[in-house]
Amino acid sequence: MKEKLVLIGNGMAGVRTLEELLKLDPAMYDITVFGEEPYGNYNRILLSPVLAGEKTIDDIMLNDLQWYEDNGITLHTGEKVVKIDRRARKLITDKGREESYDRLLLATGSHPIILPVPGNDLDGVISFRDIKDVDAMLEAAKKYKHAVVIGGGLLGLEAANGLKLQGMHVSVVHLMDTLMERQLDPVSGGMLKQSLEERGLNFLMGASTEAILGEGHVRGVRFKGGLEVAADLVVMAVGIRPNIDLARDAGLHCERGVVVNDTLQTFDPRIYAVGECVQHRGQTYGLVAPLFEQAKVAANHLAKLGIARYEGSVTSTKLKVTGIDLFSAGDFMGDDSTEEIVMQDAARGVYKKIVLRDNKIQGSVLYGDTVDGAWYFQLMRDGTDVSDIRDSLLLGQHHLGDAGHGGTNLAASMADDAEVCGCNGVCKGDIVKAITEEGLFTLDEVRAHTKASASCGSCTGLVEQILAHTLGSDYSEAPSAKPLCKCTEHTHDEVRAAIREQKLTSIRQVIDTLEWHTPDGCAACRPALNYYLIAAWPGEAQDDPQSRFINERAHANIQKDGTYSVVPRMWGGLTNPKELRAIADVVEKYDVPEMKVTGGQRIDLFGVKKEDLPAIWSDLNAAGMVSGHAYGKSLRTVKTCVGKSWCRFGTQDSTGLGVKLEKLTWGSWMPHKFKIAVSGCPRNCAEATIKDFGVVCVDSGYELHVGGNGGIKVRVTDLLGKVETEEEVMEYCAAFTQLYREEAHYLERTAPWVERVGLSHIQQHVMESDENRKALADRFKESQKYAQIDPWAEHAQKAELRKEFEPLKQVG
Amino acid sequence: MSDWIEVGSVEDIPKLGARVVKTAEGDIGIFRTNDDRIFALRDSCPHQGGPLSQGIVHDHKVTCPLHNWNIELETGEAVAPDEGCAATYPVKVENGTVYLSLSS
Repeated sequence: MKEKLVLIGNGMAGVRTLEELLKLDPAMYDITVFGEEPYGNYNRILLSPVLAGEKTIDDIMLNDLQWYEDNGITLHTGEKVVKIDRRARKLITDKGREESYDRLLLATGSHPIILPVPGNDLDGVISFRDIKDVDAMLEAAKKYKHAVVIGGGLLGLEAANGLKLQGMHVSVVHLMDTLMERQLDPVSGGMLKQSLEERGLNFLMGASTEAILGEGHVRGVRFKGGLEVAADLVVMAVGIRPNIDLARDAGLHCERGVVVNDTLQTFDPRIYAVGECVQHRGQTYGLVAPLFEQAKVAANHLAKLGIARYEGSVTSTKLKVTGIDLFSAGDFMGDDSTEEIVMQDAARGVYKKIVLRDNKIQGSVLYGDTVDGAWYFQLMRDGTDVSDIRDSLLLGQHHLGDAGHGGTNLAASMADDAEVCGCNGVCKGDIVKAITEEGLFTLDEVRAHTKASASCGSCTGLVEQILAHTLGSDYSEAPSAKPLCKCTEHTHDEVRAAIREQKLTSIRQVIDTLEWHTPDGCAACRPALNYYLIAAWPGEAQDDPQSRFINERAHANIQKDGTYSVVPRMWGGLTNPKELRAIADVVEKYDVPEMKVTGGQRIDLFGVKKEDLPAIWSDLNAAGMVSGHAYGKSLRTVKTCVGKSWCRFGTQDSTGLGVKLEKLTWGSWMPHKFKIAVSGCPRNCAEATIKDFGVVCVDSGYELHVGGNGGIKVRVTDLLGKVETEEEVMEYCAAFTQLYREEAHYLERTAPWVERVGLSHIQQHVMESDENRKALADRFKESQKYAQIDPWAEHAQKAELRKEFEPLKQVG
Repeated sequence: MSDWIEVGSVEDIPKLGARVVKTAEGDIGIFRTNDDRIFALRDSCPHQGGPLSQGIVHDHKVTCPLHNWNIELETGEAVAPDEGCAATYPVKVENGTVYLSLSS
């Protein structure tokens, strides 16, 4: 006999919990669901677009009746649970049905608050909460002219906007002087009011409702002071309160909501609660992201895994009114202990305010241009010290680097056929359609379904913004402590710490010790783990070829047709007739279809068949050349200009220094690819200021530049400092490289890493402390002892390694 | 009924890895999982023809090296929401030797 799980409340939080539970264990419980509404589970946060006529009810269904059937769930719709008998472990419905349970999940949601004024029960006075309310509003819009919306918060404004679009004359009544005062400051609230007025909404601010007038049907509203306004429809949108009636009557401890602990259990451990009805650590939530975080934890405990904890959520807000971009999060009003950075451009309709305490973001309000909302939110949740980027903080992330190439930042005003993702050809309309029709809530889900931002990632900010705008206030991005991948809850930093502190030396050990959810990890985490292990324990951790991406396993770059490219190393970009002859010879001997000079001053051979690779390597080896590692998360090339040996402007021997740096750093595995350049004078012909580590020679010594990137988003380096001798350049380069190797997340280039940890952090380690720098450089050199093995020569010596390149069998 | 062709020993294929059998009809990837199951798939991703044998194997799936589609080794089906299917071939292991049948 399976245990019986009963869910009371067929809404988003409850059903999401069931979905999470079914993912963990589809057969653990016999599941029954009671819902008061006569539907399957629908996306309540998209009711506004339905009211505005942009979507239909069918569009916003998340789980239709078939879903319940397919998962063996018994669903009773239109049936209300009226009593829970905890002693007998059963419940009773308004239809007299009795249902027993072993585990009970409460997700009873919330009630709209109805103002206690005379006339609040007249016909035509409704709230804005469910499909029934939307139907009533759409019906009223056909028959009547005047609507009054009481409440100038999120929900009220969305209702007002929808009714206006349905052709009604709408007045919004708000008790306070600022619209959405819980999300906006007076300036942004004023801008919002102005733009809604331009759309034809009327506002009565600071107005307190005294009575709703009419006999039978509503005909008007009277305010304190005697003003009366005509109304055929009154929508009360003054707030919600958790629906705790059932829980309280059953003797469960309730305050404002049903009180739950970090495992979402009520005071009766057999009874769990999630969603808007709960109160957790004194907080109640009405946005979807926290509810989904709760659902995940509750499911984990229902599945008896018992490892997840819910520790509360930080939320952000967006308004779902087409054409209005608005974002707010955290403490955006500030106090005596905070500072504000503000930018206002009335003509463009843009306002940005960031509240800081001790150089950490406490909150932000954005109006008109919200593309950086997700970024500020992330900085706020992570508690990042922003002192290094304060001067450009308000200009947004695209002024810093890894944020995108397009420069488009107004998701709301983009046309549906405007391309968002240039890699995969995905338009805004495709993304919006997928979000609404597939019921997507997170960036990962949008990536999986549309591929938008799934390749180079440069449009991530824009996709997040479209997601936020489509889902409105209830969107919040993934928790700040992002897990390494879907196989684990642990973050990159936690995994690295565990590898160091518990001395884990194999991927299997990591997966077992840190309790991965999947048997072998996945294509995302295995290469990361492999890198973290060999970076932490050089010479001790065993490199696992099966956990390396094919390029690093085959020591060549896979191309779209399954062939490979080969790049021999040319130290510092220098070459000679012997090398060039050897390259020409292999090209002819193996019919290599194409040769090209790379951006990093090397020669690339394209269209090589995998089985020919070892023979080509062996020929090139014989001419004294080694692998150029053009395929790896590793040192790629050191680009140089000719420097003072030929150039009349050269100040130092840039080629010679380039060769030395390449000899120092080749072969080292890194979190991501790593490029170095050395320019012989400030004219900077080697483009050293867009490299991961760049040296610009000057008459008095060497400038060291770090964190540049010439790729997806061009980022100019930060100046790390200046040194006087080549020996110092070598030591500082080794130290910087090692710090990056030890601290950056796998697949994080130096540019975003420098921005994440801050330049001052890097200067502290590399410039300010001689002891630290020497220790870092020593660790780098130690690690290089094991890394500087030419894979070409190694494959020539070890037959076992060559198996990778040979067919298992030739048939027919 | 199938004509079983001996293609090599299980030990020739790395755990969580794959090797290629070249045939007149094109390459076939022979995959070995961590629990020592052996699977055979046409070495061509249903997305853009990427060589699946070059991907990372995990659980009973392989991730295509070109655009990270995940393919079920047992059925050849792409993991949702991606859609598509790579042809599968019968394989069996007897005394540590892998046999492949080309009657897909």
